[in-house]
Amino acid sequence: MFDTIGFYFFAGLAVISAVLVVTRRNAVHSAIFLITALLATAGIFLQLHAEFLFIVQVILYVGGIMVLFVFVIMLVNLDVAIHQMQFNRMWLVALLLTIALGAQVYMVFHYAHAGMTEPLFHLQPARASDLEPNTELIGATLFSQYMLPFEIASILLLVAMIGAVVMAKRKV
Amino acid sequence: MLSITHYLVLSLALFTIGVIGVVTRRNVIIILMSIELILNAVNINLVAFSRLFGDAAGQAFAIFIITDAAAEAAVGLGIIISFFRNRETVLADEMDLLKW
Repeated sequence: MFDTIGFYFFAGLAVISAVLVVTRRNAVHSAIFLITALLATAGIFLQLHAEFLFIVQVILYVGGIMVLFVFVIMLVNLDVAIHQMQFNRMWLVALLLTIALGAQVYMVFHYAHAGMTEPLFHLQPARASDLEPNTELIGATLFSQYMLPFEIASILLLVAMIGAVVMAKRKV
Repeated sequence: MLSITHYLVLSLALFTIGVIGVVTRRNVIIILMSIELILNAVNINLVAFSRLFGDAAGQAFAIFIITDAAAEAAVGLGIIISFFRNRETVLADEMDLLKW
């Protein structure tokens, strides 16, 4: 019961704030609604018993990336941009793209049961206790099975850090 | 856990809203925010399937996606700052230096 209420609450919050992110004129408002959308996603993670990802989402996304966004919005002077046209005339392209994406995703999941005994949508979820203790399991997966991707991700972060510093430096 | 369809529909909705934002907005900062929405939709899918199959690998991959999002935001915002310093604009269709 709580499961269902929680899902619909967080899902509705996420979708509404995502729509507001895309439609607001002021970039600061968009950033605020993006924070709401990210927090609602964190709630979905909690509802899915992914406690570690919940806290990572709150600390890293809301606390880290969004602060970066707000900083850049403040650095970039938006007073001019706010009075200009906010949308380009691409609604038709967007609509076609949406339909194509939806059809594609539907087809993928419709035919996804090739190797399984029953269709994907009828699978019973695993027991919640399979993913406990959550942090320990993720850590074990990261440091055994996905050791190399983990190291590559750390190099990616280093490269991104250097790239961001070089980009934002005054004179190259 | 609700049926997997619920999560797939939610993630598809967020993904398409993000795509619409990327295609239709002119402000580059909001385009970057829409990309964050898209990455979030992917994360919801990964975590939902991780819960469905009881396998932590999906959540490990979601962490990689979050890492990617952080790197992309840092570099993208750096590019926006340096571009704004040179051209005094944040509108995507005025970023046409390659079109000369």
